[in-house]
Amino acid sequence: MSTLRRLAKTFLLLELLKGLGVTFRFLFSEKLTIRYPEEKTPKSPRFRGLHALRRYPNGEERCIACKLCEAVCPALAITIESEPRADGTRRTTRYEIDLFKCIYCGFCEESCPVDSIVETGIHEYHFENRGENIMTKEKLLAIGDKYEEEIARARAVDALYR
Amino acid sequence: MPEFLVSILAALPPGLAVVAENVIKIACILAPLLVVVAWFTYAERKIIGYMQVRMGPNRVGYYGLLQPIADAVKLMFKEIILPAGADRALFIFAPILSLGVAVAAWAVVPFDDGLVLADVNAGLLYILAMTSMGVYGVIIAGWASNSKYALLGAMRSAAQIVAYEIAMGFALVVVLMAAGSLNLREIVLAQQGSLIHWFWLPLFPMFLVYFISGVAETNRAPFDVAEGEAELVAGFHVDYSCMPFSVFFVAEYANMVMISVLSAIMFLGGWLSPFEALLFLPERWMSTFPLGHGWHWLILKTFMFMFLFLWLRATFPRYRYDQIMRLGWKVFIPLTIAWILLVGVAIVAELGPWFDKA
Repeated sequence: MSTLRRLAKTFLLLELLKGLGVTFRFLFSEKLTIRYPEEKTPKSPRFRGLHALRRYPNGEERCIACKLCEAVCPALAITIESEPRADGTRRTTRYEIDLFKCIYCGFCEESCPVDSIVETGIHEYHFENRGENIMTKEKLLAIGDKYEEEIARARAVDALYR
Repeated sequence: MPEFLVSILAALPPGLAVVAENVIKIACILAPLLVVVAWFTYAERKIIGYMQVRMGPNRVGYYGLLQPIADAVKLMFKEIILPAGADRALFIFAPILSLGVAVAAWAVVPFDDGLVLADVNAGLLYILAMTSMGVYGVIIAGWASNSKYALLGAMRSAAQIVAYEIAMGFALVVVLMAAGSLNLREIVLAQQGSLIHWFWLPLFPMFLVYFISGVAETNRAPFDVAEGEAELVAGFHVDYSCMPFSVFFVAEYANMVMISVLSAIMFLGGWLSPFEALLFLPERWMSTFPLGHGWHWLILKTFMFMFLFLWLRATFPRYRYDQIMRLGWKVFIPLTIAWILLVGVAIVAELGPWFDKA
């Protein structure tokens, strides 16, 4: 009897039909694809993307060249040189991040006492020439100026948990 | 045929006129066929994508509709590589043979009563001859590549194609016994009556055997061990690139359309309307376009089978090679032979409701 049942099951292709039923159901289900450049997945405010140097609202750059980020950076991606400025404050003369070395761990941001170096949510960037992977102080400040609003908003949302 | 074509043909010398007329008819069959083949690849990616809960191609044109054109252009601009030590003539000839026989079989396919390029009496035999020629394309391609991997792949697919061709042939023998003719037009006409007179019901196991053999014969999933993209590279066409490579693919898809159209003709009544003999429908509906007999039914049935090809591919994992061989030799061939005997007895005994009129 059990052989008969097994034979009937095999020759009527019951299990195969069951499988076909499953795929047919999924033919009409909602698709999970995100059409990337037009649609994007939500991103956390903690996302660690491209770096930026911030300024105070009065336009003064925040970085005081304490070199904590340089010291904490596990990939040794940050290079800082500093000198006293004419008004007697210590400022960086050179602040460079090598994006090829950077592992986007966010330690620099964590260590910064004045919230100067931050990692923004920008993840869509590319280099077209050799050397463009070195983010100079000017480039970092420019990014900070351009995206200050977004940066400030992301910090404000996350401030509760810090 | 339009007026101006008739007048042009009349002006030609008689011998040339026959050739010209046939060339026009061939173009009328091939052009739509190749369009169907091109967008069949798109349909495959889209439908399988949908079944896997993704979207499939959607970048080129609306809903990715121009994807086949983009693919064709890409393939055409690639380099044709002739491997060192390859037999040049055969290397180029193999894809041509594959596509040629896949397309030649369409000569005897009846699209409607009388709408056929060549109303051959031994149509079924011709189809069997043409479809079995396809295996030569595979073997020649494998041999001409002068590569042991291509040769092994060719042997693997040839063994599979040959194994399933026997079961397929036997299944068709049952059909021709039931129809009492080798002519495809008469096979369709023998199924006249109603939905349940079509051969899918009296010959149901043969219907399954024929279609499954067809899937195996075209080397499609779940019988695509010849190609097996996850575990081996390509098989018999490893050394092909550019257009020769795509010609193999066009041939494969043309073969799939061929198997679909043959299944529709042999088992689903070809151009016959499924609404035939439904008495509650008024007579005048049955003789006019959407519900009456006509080529649109054949197309619809063919598309149904083509969809089934893709559906099977999206659903089933690949068979193991020994399982494929076991299914072909030890299950399908005995089953078809047994069914030949059974149907033979039914025909001799004039058993109703299907075999009593012969």
